[in-house]
Order: sequence, then C-alpha cells, then structure tokens
Amino acid sequence: MSGRGHTFRLAAGGRIDRRRPLHFRFDGREMAGFAGDTLASALLANGVHLVGRSFKYHRPRGILAAGVEEPNALVTTDHGPGRVTPNLRATEIVLHEGLVAISQNRWPSLDLDLGAANALLAPFLAAGFYYRTFMGPDLAGRNSAWRWLYEPLIRRMAGLGRPPSVPDPDRYAGRFAHCEVLVVGAGEAGLAAAVEASEDPGQRVLVCDEQAEPGGWLLTASGDPGPAGRAAAARLDSLLETLRRRVNVTLLARTQAFGIFAQGFVALEERLGDPFAATSACRPRARLWQVRAGRIVLATGAIERPLVFPDNDRPGIMLAGAVETYLHRYGVRPGDRAVILAACDSGYAAAEALHRGGTEVAAILDLRPGVDPALRARMEAKGIHVLPAATIIATEGARRVRAVVSGRIGAGGAVVPGPRIACDLVAMAGGYAPAIHLFSQARGALRWDPAVHGFVPAGAAPGQRIECRGACAGILPEAMVAPVHGALPVAGDPDRRKAFVDFQNDVTARDIRLATREGFVSVEHVKRYTTTGMATDQGKTANLNALAIVAGATGRSLPEAGLTTFRPPYAPVSFGVLAGTARGELFEPLRRTPIDPWACAAGAVFEPVGLWRRARFFPRAGEDEAAAVARECRHVRTHVGLFDASTLGKIELAGPDAAEFLERLYVNAVRNLAPGRCRYALMLDEAGFVIEDGIIARLAADRFHVTTTTGGAARVLTLFEDYRQTEWPELRAWPVSITEQWAVIAVQGPKAREVLAPLVEGLDLAPGAFPHMAVASCRVAGIAARLFRVSFTGELGFEVNVPAEEGRAVWKALHREAEKHGGAAYGTEAMHVLRAEKGYIIVGQETDGTVTPDDLGLGRLVGAGKGDFVGRRGLSRAALAAPGRRQLVGLRTEDPARVLEEGAQVVAMPDPAPGTPALGHVTSAYASAWLGHSIALALVADGRARLGTRVHVPMPGGAVAARIVPPVFIDPDGKRVHG
Amino acid sequence: MDEAPSPETAEMPPLLNRPGFARLLPVLGLGRLVFRGVPAAEARLGAALGLALPAINRMVHRGERGEPGARALMRFGPDELLLLLPRGELESAIAAISQACAAEPHILVDVSDRHLGFVLEGPAVAAILHSGCPLDLDPRAFPVGMATRSLFHKAEILLWRIAPMLFRIETGRSFAPYLVAQIGAGARDLG
Repeated sequence: MSGRGHTFRLAAGGRIDRRRPLHFRFDGREMAGFAGDTLASALLANGVHLVGRSFKYHRPRGILAAGVEEPNALVTTDHGPGRVTPNLRATEIVLHEGLVAISQNRWPSLDLDLGAANALLAPFLAAGFYYRTFMGPDLAGRNSAWRWLYEPLIRRMAGLGRPPSVPDPDRYAGRFAHCEVLVVGAGEAGLAAAVEASEDPGQRVLVCDEQAEPGGWLLTASGDPGPAGRAAAARLDSLLETLRRRVNVTLLARTQAFGIFAQGFVALEERLGDPFAATSACRPRARLWQVRAGRIVLATGAIERPLVFPDNDRPGIMLAGAVETYLHRYGVRPGDRAVILAACDSGYAAAEALHRGGTEVAAILDLRPGVDPALRARMEAKGIHVLPAATIIATEGARRVRAVVSGRIGAGGAVVPGPRIACDLVAMAGGYAPAIHLFSQARGALRWDPAVHGFVPAGAAPGQRIECRGACAGILPEAMVAPVHGALPVAGDPDRRKAFVDFQNDVTARDIRLATREGFVSVEHVKRYTTTGMATDQGKTANLNALAIVAGATGRSLPEAGLTTFRPPYAPVSFGVLAGTARGELFEPLRRTPIDPWACAAGAVFEPVGLWRRARFFPRAGEDEAAAVARECRHVRTHVGLFDASTLGKIELAGPDAAEFLERLYVNAVRNLAPGRCRYALMLDEAGFVIEDGIIARLAADRFHVTTTTGGAARVLTLFEDYRQTEWPELRAWPVSITEQWAVIAVQGPKAREVLAPLVEGLDLAPGAFPHMAVASCRVAGIAARLFRVSFTGELGFEVNVPAEEGRAVWKALHREAEKHGGAAYGTEAMHVLRAEKGYIIVGQETDGTVTPDDLGLGRLVGAGKGDFVGRRGLSRAALAAPGRRQLVGLRTEDPARVLEEGAQVVAMPDPAPGTPALGHVTSAYASAWLGHSIALALVADGRARLGTRVHVPMPGGAVAARIVPPVFIDPDGKRVHG
Repeated sequence: MDEAPSPETAEMPPLLNRPGFARLLPVLGLGRLVFRGVPAAEARLGAALGLALPAINRMVHRGERGEPGARALMRFGPDELLLLLPRGELESAIAAISQACAAEPHILVDVSDRHLGFVLEGPAVAAILHSGCPLDLDPRAFPVGMATRSLFHKAEILLWRIAPMLFRIETGRSFAPYLVAQIGAGARDLG
C-alpha cells in the first residue's frame, strides 16, 4: 500500500473537499487526507486501523466509532514544544496540514509493544487487582510491596498519554453568554428545535455541536446516493439555511457541552483550531463558554453499543453506524471484506453501504432467530448471506482482524461453533442507547423504556428548564432498537475468553462477573471495583452492556440493577480551557500600594500578602536579608523608621448608633471611648475565639475609623454588613470600605515626632496634647490627613493616613525628614520582628481559631460590665476558662543563636515517646539582633504558670532546649510608646 | 531617588484604542462620595442635588459628564448610593450635603481615591465585557441607566451603561492594572 495514497478512499462521494489535499504524519509516517477529514477517517483512508495499545493489557486497538464516544483511538498530537496534547480522540481531531499525531501506550513501537507481555499476567490482572496490591506482602516494612514493587511498576506501565512537560504557548479564552434557548446537538432534532425556537426574533438561540460540521446523522444519511440520501441532504440544507438567515441564532461547531449545572448554567468547550491552521496569531486555541440559558434543549442523539463477544477488540472491529459514517460522510471504505454482526436492522444498512462502496460483505450474522424475509431477500439479491440466530464466538488476527468464527445460537442459548469466515472488518450493530448523560447531569430523572431498551428522560429536576428532543428522548427508529445483550453467549467457558465491555479501561465481561461473585452487587460498587466506565470516555459505549452483565449475574432485570451517575465533564476538557486567561500575570490581580513604585525603585525585596505585594526588606549594598532586617530594626529602635501600612483594612462607620454597633461587635468597651481617641480592639466569633484585631478610632461622637488586618479587610466589612442587615437592623450605623482611599505611612521610633513635626500643620504633637492612642485630622506635607498616634513596634509611633493619590508624595516628604534623623524605610520582616520583640500578636499567627483573649493575655480588653457582644456567650463556656488552656508565652532558646521553627511542637521532655501530647506549639520565631538572641512566641498549656521552666522543641536534627519567659521581650512597662 | 512611574498609569499595558471596535480611556478628575442613610436623609440628599433618587441598580444624572456642575447618582444597594462629581466641586458638595442632611442619620464618605474609573466605548464593548463579566449585557437585560456591582474575572467592579455602546467601569485602585490587562485579553479574543 502506498504511503501517501488514499487506498481505501472511494472514487466519489462524502463531504470531504478533494481539491484540498492535506498532509499529516502518524507515528512518523507521511500520509495524506482531505479537508473535511478527521484524523480517524484519514487513517482509515490510508488503510490504518491499528492506532493504539490498550490501557492494561496493551492489546492492539483500532478505531471503533466516529465521534465523541470513541474509546480506543486516543492519540497524542505534537505541534512543537508546549503544544503536545495527549489522549485526543482521533475521531474528533479535524485534519489539517502538517498535523503530527503519535500513538500512545506502547513501547518501543506500536507494532512491537513489550507491554503486551502484560497479557501473560492476565490471570493476576483481574478486576480489583489494583486494590489487592495495597495488601501485598510486607516483606521489608509496612506496605513495602506496594511502595517498592507495585506502585513503580503500575505507574510505568499504566496510564495513557504522557502529560506535557513544558508550558503551553497558546492562548485560551472565555466568554459568558446568555440566551433564551440553548440547543445542544445540531443533528436533525437539534436543528429543528433551533428553527422552532428562533422563529421569535426576540429569542436568542445558541446551538452547539461537537462535530466540525452541523448535521449529526444527516451528514451520514445524506451520503446515501439513493432517494433517502437526497431527501436527507435537502432537509439538512433547508434547516441550516433557515438558521443562517436568522440573526438571533448563533451556531457553534466543534463545541462540546461538557457540563450542566444549576439554573440553566452550561459549560461549553469550543475548539477553535489547531495551531498551524490558525488564521491569525491572536486566535486562541480554544474557548470556554459559560452559558446561562433560559431553556435548554438537549438533542444529543444516541450512542451505538458494541457487542460483547470474545476478542471483540481487534482493530477492524467497528460500530456499524461508524462504518456507515466513514463510507458516506468521508468516502472511506473501512475494509475489503466485512462481516456484520447485527442485533437490529441498522446492521443491514451498513451492509448495503459497504456493498455499494465496493467492500465484499462476507455475511450478516444476525443474533435474532427470525429475520424479516423481505430484508433477507434484499440482501441475498446482492449476494450477501444472512445467517439468523448467529453470533461470533472467536476472532483471529494480531494487529487487524483476519477472520471470525461464527456460532449458531440454539434453543436455550447454547452455541454450536459454525464456519470460520475470513474478513478484515467486523461491523457491530448492537442497537443504540439515548445519550442522556447531560440530562442526568442536570439532575433529570430517568426511566427504563422497554420499547427502546434504554434509559430515557422522565422529568426535569425542579428549577431546570430542560427538555430532550429526538434520539436522546428515546425517539429511535425501529431499526436502531435492540435488546441490551450484555455478553453474548459463547461456546464453552465464557471466563476463559476476553470479551471486552469497557475498551478504554480494558474491562472484560469476566471481570464484571467476577466482581458480582465477590459480592459487589450495587452497580456503583461494580463500577469502582472493576473501573468499568471510569476511563476518559466515562463508558459511553460500555455502561449498558456492563449493567446487563451485572443484572444477568445477579438475577435482576436491567432497570432493577440501576444506573450509575453521570458527572461533568461529558468529554475530556483541557486544563488550558478551564484556566482561560488566568495564567502568568493574569492569574490573579497583583495589588500594589500607592507607595509601591518608590519601594521598587529603592530596591525592595517583595513578598506576597494575600493578593498584595509588600516590601519585605530594603537591602543595601552587601546586605543579605538578615543584615537588612537587623539594620531596619535598629533604625526603629534607635532613631526612626518608615513603614508602608497601606494594605491595612479600613472601614469608616458613622451614624447615631455607631458606638453601640462596635460595642456589640468587639470585646472592648467602645461607648466610653472619647472622640479623638483610639483603642486596640479584638473581635471574636460566636464561639468566643479571636478572629480579628485592629484599632478603633473615634473621629467624632457618631463617626469611627476602624482598621482591620490586611487579609481580613473584605471579610470584616462583610461581617459588619451581615450583622447590620440581619441581627441589628434597628441600629443606625453604616460601614463604608476606605481601605484603598487612604495610603498609610507608619512613622516609628524615638525620633518619630521630630520627623513629623516640620510637616504637620494644624496639630500640636506634644505628648500632652497628642498622647499615645490619640487620633486627629491635620495636614501632613500640605495634604489633608488623619493622624493616629499608635505603635506596632513598641516605640513612639504615628500612622499618617493621606488620600491614596497623595500617598507617594507624602511618603517622599517623610522619608527626606527621616533620613535627616538617621532613619530609613523598613519592610514587613522588620515589622514582624519589632512587634514580636514587644509580644504584639498577629491574628492568624498567634491565633488559629481556638484562642481566647485570655489565652493571649489580653483578657483585660474585654470590657467590664458591658452588655452583650459577639462571642460573649461563647466565652462563658466552662471549657474556655478551664485549666490547661494554651496561653501565649515567650521562649528563649538556651543556644541564643538558634531560631526555632514556627509551628514546631513544644514538649516537656527532649525525646518524648510517640503519642505523647505536646504542651503547645511555636507561633512566631525570629532572630532578634537588637536583643542579641533569638525570640519566639508560643502557645503552651498553662504557659503563664510555667514561666521559668525548661521545655524542648523537637526540630530537624534534634530537640532544642528553651526556657519559658513572658512574651514581652523589651520594655515590659511600655514606657517607650509614651515618649 | 529615581522611581518607576505609578502603576495606575504607565505600568498598565496601553489602554485600548481601536477605531470602529472599542476604546478604553481612564477617567480622571472625578470626585466620589458614598452616601448611606435613612430614607429621610436620602430625600434631603436628592433635594440638595436636585436629583430624583435612583431605583436600585439605576443611575440618574444632571449635566454632562465631566462638565462643571455635573452630578451622577447611582444606587448599588438598598441603602447605598454613590455620587460622582467633578473633583474640584467635592469640598463644597460635602459641605452642602452635610448641611442639608444634618438632621437625619446618614454617613457621607469621600472615596474619591478608592477607585480608578474607565470609559469603555465602541461597538464591541458588550462582547469585550462578556469575556470576563457574567452579567447579561443585552440592552433588554442591562439597559442604559443601569448600574451594578459585578466581577470582571477576579476583580470586583462597578459597571454602568451611559449609552448603548458606552459603559463606565470602576474598580478598587489596586485592581486597575489587572482589570485593564484582562479587558485587553478579552478584546484580543475578538480579533
């Protein structure tokens, strides 16, 4: 056969464009096809049936189907670095010039696959073998067989394609869309539904179809050269013409609806083109559509079932409908000599199509004892023999089917071997199952319809406006209806033969019977134990046959056995599509403060804090992080430091009941806070545990400026709003987020007042006039400001709030002043060290949702004699005052240079026996250059009673001894803040 | 000290400008005030501004955008109003509103610097917005004069429609570079 020819291409016919030849490579072999081909049809035109190796036994596999249900023909496409995509269905890859496709799951080559040796181990690879490996012999320690033998082996041998190893250079896009009617499936039923829905020009109608061309089965039917084909072509043209004229209709080809969610929300994947075929560089590779549909019409058709007979998986054994599609739609003859195995009349249509296309039809083996005499006569007139009550009991051939052994089904299902028939193609007409997957995803109820031998829609879930049309609604022509046979009868012991049910996961009828014998009766259990239906095709061709086998083996009817749940995605979706534009710089917003450009120019090293980036430290020439942080701390302790605190959450709250509102939300007394004063405040959850802290500043009798943690800003605002709307609607107080309105500059250190004084207008900064915890409006560097006298360092401190747009100018003015006083900017790391030296907590670091104010040594903040507040009831629980609670303490390591690890356990003995409960854990630990030793904060059971005792902190390399000390390492009397 | 230009201007990719398609322009010189209060306070606000109070998710305005005396008032929540006006008129407006509403409980907060604002105009604007905003922007669902909170990808936005092909978008100032870049990506997808 010629490497570039179309050996199996018909002389005429099909919807391919013979004037546009395309060249592609499969496993390195140059081949040719036409525009309009899929990779599968082009391979078949070149006589290639063997396209991959199976998952478990590495058996040669071919092309089974012609659409999304294909379980076997999975390939990797390679469009260069980063554009390698595994596990694509050859039946859905639109052929384009230069396509490079590679077969999967074989080594070293498709023709010679060493993994096929797995077949020799088949007796050990039965259903559930994977689970048995977990219980393997523990020769070299617990689970040793799994860890050293099974897992590495299974990982090497199993799996389908290889994941890509370099970043994908392509772009992916997404769109939200809204329509009154979404039609899924552009076959005859879907197109007709779209025509009907779009008659009203006010209705936006969106139609999507996974195939490259709309039309569904009409694309196949219209290829029949007879009058039926011409009629199908006319119907298709008329439907499409009507839709194309209507501006309210959007028709999306190559678009798979893969998930239906609540309230008419549907996710579609639109495959826009392959990189080489892209018309413009800006075209994305694929697009995610998130559609909100007023009404959903599913016209997803039906999926043909394979027939389960021994060795039914050899290349060249295909679904009969797919055979017709390749002949009519693609002008491809899938073989030279065919055998049809039919459970219904649709097999005869395939036989006629093959006959017309020049393929010899060796026989039609009909499972039914009685065959319509007229139909039989029509076949015999063409020289096609029909054998009623016949089946296939064996097949031959390694890389392609070479022959089948027929069998005659006698009364009671006994099978007598019949003649061997040479062939290179077997078409299975096993009947069609309505494609109810998406309806089921939408929580629609299903019922068993004995008339079509299938599950059909029974009713939409409440709140879903969804209906099925055409084949997926169970409206099937008689010729496409057959009982679900499960495994066909065989001659001899069926368990000695491999009759495949799930081709992709290599599950045989024997596996399923074995599972039922081992006690798995529920279909959900059988599914998990055998993995049937759990491959990337989700068992589209397998599920009903598997159910029939379970039902037969457990003596139930098929509907009694039930059906497994269908879940999104209906078909595999690439991660690129789901990620969309959210990668690289667009992965998440990167929030920068107004002062960020200055920090950047100053050479700051940044760190992420939530979505913000914050300056961590400002290294000078020759400084590493430790040196820079030590210097920045020294600036603050000896002179002055400037810190960008703009990311702090800020809420302005006003109204006559604002004080009462805060009094109820925070543990502190707020009503007695005088205007012009601030208070450090704690917020609890209802259970009594600390969830937030911040500063409450009273600007006026009815107006407050409240700060929150950087990470808590949005949450606290939402919480304010929640309590305001739902708990205390009678309180007249309204919060407004002002986080981004104000840039905040902390000026901290003994020289802070000298730095500020020349720039401040309208305020006396003298300690008596503007003491610690005061707040006032004034002008700073000419800008209207809110000035706080607060400290998170233990030093004399101020926080300057100015409108964000002025933030950088004011920072620069303050920085010039600070430099005159030996000051400098400091970053978040120095801020952490400074606050830890002073024992100031950070919510989320010293607290973890189980810590009370008293645990932190902050019980004094809980306002005495105040009324109810959030968490008050929680605090009164006995357990929250019981002895043994973990309390905040300091730790001093005996080796002053040793810095503990945050999160490390604190224990009483250096080497406790396994299972010994810890006394607590380290919450913060730093090297303090100022103090000349390491410091740590820890939560330790009864910590305050253990002051002075020795504890141990297990760390990599051995336990570290430390002594429990008070958590305030400098200035315990708090004199410095009052400077 | 030398420093990079501010993120809200030069560090963003160039704003969109494609004639016959869409333009994205920053809105500068705007004052923004949040007003929340009891209905009686709202009534006094409306009287002081000479504006009818907007229904929820609607905008009312007086004067032309950017012109002296222009006022746009929109309601983003049952008791949450946003007033836009030329920045130079901010202080006098705060004084006038505070005086008019003094007798009724309310909050009035200057949030002029909290947001950065953009105009997005042109035939493709709705399609571009659909790349990241889950709302239905069909004129029947989102008519001229509608104003609402929403999302554009991961950025919270305020969105209102001034004309069939002219939207205003605002976002928290630190989200603006992300918003502009995502709008650019959405425009690119449309070719």
